[in-house]
Amino acid sequence: MKVNDAIFGAVLLLLGIAVLVHVPSFPAIPGQKVGPAIFPGLVASALVVCAVILIVNGLRRRASQPWFEMSDWLHSRTHIIAFLVTIAGVVAYVLFAQAVGFLIIAPLVLIALFLAYGVRPRTAVVTAVLVSLVIHFAFYKLLRVPLPWGVLPPF
Amino acid sequence: MVFEPKTVMVMLASSVFGLFVGAVPGLTATMATALLVPVTFFMPPIMAIAAIVTATAMAIFSGDIPGCLLRMPGTPASAAYTDEAYAMTRKGQAETALGAGLVFSAIGGLFGTAVLILSAPTLADFALRFSSFEYFWLVLLGLSCAIVITAEQPLKGTVSLLIGLLIACVGLGNPAGFPRFTFGNVELLGGIGLIPLMIGMFAISEILRFAVDTNPPLKVVDQPIGNVFKGMWALTKKYPVQILRGSALGTLVGALPGAGADIAAWMSYAVSKKMSKEPEKFGTGHVEGIVESGSANNSALAGAWIPALVFGIPGDSITAIVIGVLYMKNINPGPTLFTQNPQNIYAVYLLFIVANLIMIPLGWWCIKVSKGILRVPRNILMPVILLFCVVGAFAINNTAFDISVMLVAGVVGYFLEENGFPVAPAILGVVLGGMLEENFVTSMIKSDGDLLAFFSRPLAAVLGTLTLAAWFLPPVIRRLRRLAGA
Repeated sequence: MKVNDAIFGAVLLLLGIAVLVHVPSFPAIPGQKVGPAIFPGLVASALVVCAVILIVNGLRRRASQPWFEMSDWLHSRTHIIAFLVTIAGVVAYVLFAQAVGFLIIAPLVLIALFLAYGVRPRTAVVTAVLVSLVIHFAFYKLLRVPLPWGVLPPF
Repeated sequence: MVFEPKTVMVMLASSVFGLFVGAVPGLTATMATALLVPVTFFMPPIMAIAAIVTATAMAIFSGDIPGCLLRMPGTPASAAYTDEAYAMTRKGQAETALGAGLVFSAIGGLFGTAVLILSAPTLADFALRFSSFEYFWLVLLGLSCAIVITAEQPLKGTVSLLIGLLIACVGLGNPAGFPRFTFGNVELLGGIGLIPLMIGMFAISEILRFAVDTNPPLKVVDQPIGNVFKGMWALTKKYPVQILRGSALGTLVGALPGAGADIAAWMSYAVSKKMSKEPEKFGTGHVEGIVESGSANNSALAGAWIPALVFGIPGDSITAIVIGVLYMKNINPGPTLFTQNPQNIYAVYLLFIVANLIMIPLGWWCIKVSKGILRVPRNILMPVILLFCVVGAFAINNTAFDISVMLVAGVVGYFLEENGFPVAPAILGVVLGGMLEENFVTSMIKSDGDLLAFFSRPLAAVLGTLTLAAWFLPPVIRRLRRLAGA
């Protein structure tokens, strides 16, 4: 989805101003003129300048650059679902992995993604379970990463 | 250290990984590195570098394979000569195109490594005389080059860089030790993790791009591939200048911060066409361009390590990631690396040489199985990679917060790139932000707030002038050209 430069400029301008407003509250290094505020302050000032230029460019190019330009995929329900499921899958993992355990949430997320991407249901289920087991083995046993067990007993 | 059995196994495994990732369109060499980082996190430093060096060397070569067979480059570095290689395949000369890509990639890589070996110690010696003023200007110059050379719209590249620098400001890691922008969140005290950020920007955004890709799936050209090594010696004798020129240009471009294998390949292809005795043949399936730019993109990989090892300034996105990894393992890149831990440097040299040599047999094998690789359905591959990314992001600090960082970075990175904002300067900003600030604040404290001190030392003055030139010359030149044209 393409957006007119001016909108990006506006968002970045807000970000830059927010930083500039926040940094004076940082304490200085005792006895020195410069402190933790100066670097973010300079970066934010540069960002504000660039943001203003972006806004000007965006407004100037309004003829060739509409405010919102819909990409191809926004017209296709399959692709919108694929996009949202991808994001939702990661969110679901973050929210539920600790509670239900990796070996439950991972295959579920994978199955959801496979189905959203058009993989056949049987292949989806089998591959999801296999891949989850392999990744669990690789990260938990080999690399000793504490993947959550959740409701399952550890084995 | 390099030839220990475990390291050799790791090198072989990451070669296969690199070959695979490079050969699948949509998976890039940078993504391969980002995916490897959670795994190399648990390895000793040399093994980690071995994994990354071999994986990327293989990936940059194997990107040629789908370019040749499918007209779809496996990595951006192969995009420069994809059309040429595909044209050769249609003429029935696929094995010559692939063979040229393989052999001259290895030669280019070895050339770049030779330059690295010869130049790095001299540069390191030179770098020992650097103080905070010089480092400040060098980092700023490197960042400016990255924007000026690569971004189509330097303004957007600059914005991306500034965002990266702001991200680097989060946390305790600043000269004052004051927690900035943490908003009371304990997770943010350590700053926004570089690795989840990278995995998000390079891997998650690719997955999102795949999810919304409306193009139909790929179809492999069904043609037997003959002996790829046939005729390679003849090509070497026919095009020695091209090989040399490609490798030299590639090394130089790779050494420039922010410009990596893909830019090297494009520039080299353009140079090859311009300086060729048969320019009209380019585009019809002529191997000369492939010889030159094939060597350029692999030599760029080695070239990128020159500023990375000597100054700690990455030559491309891959070395940006590597520098992050090195800092985490307490191997600080910079001239002290040469004085205090030279065995690490020699190990890196040896790794590069070995990686480029084993590229030949492994690459040959990869070409043989390429049809199989290209048939792996990407709609199964991508979710698997997504899970790998999630677990990888978690594995660094064992917190789910990093997974959220990765997701946000991925979505934001996707939207930024859709709108012409390159993501690489943001990563450079995050990697180098700390170094830039530290040298700036140190210099300011030393000079007691006097800005002119930044030009007082001769080398600092030169670097400073170059940086300012990089900022102000291009727009001035453009304006002058417009005036001259009008």
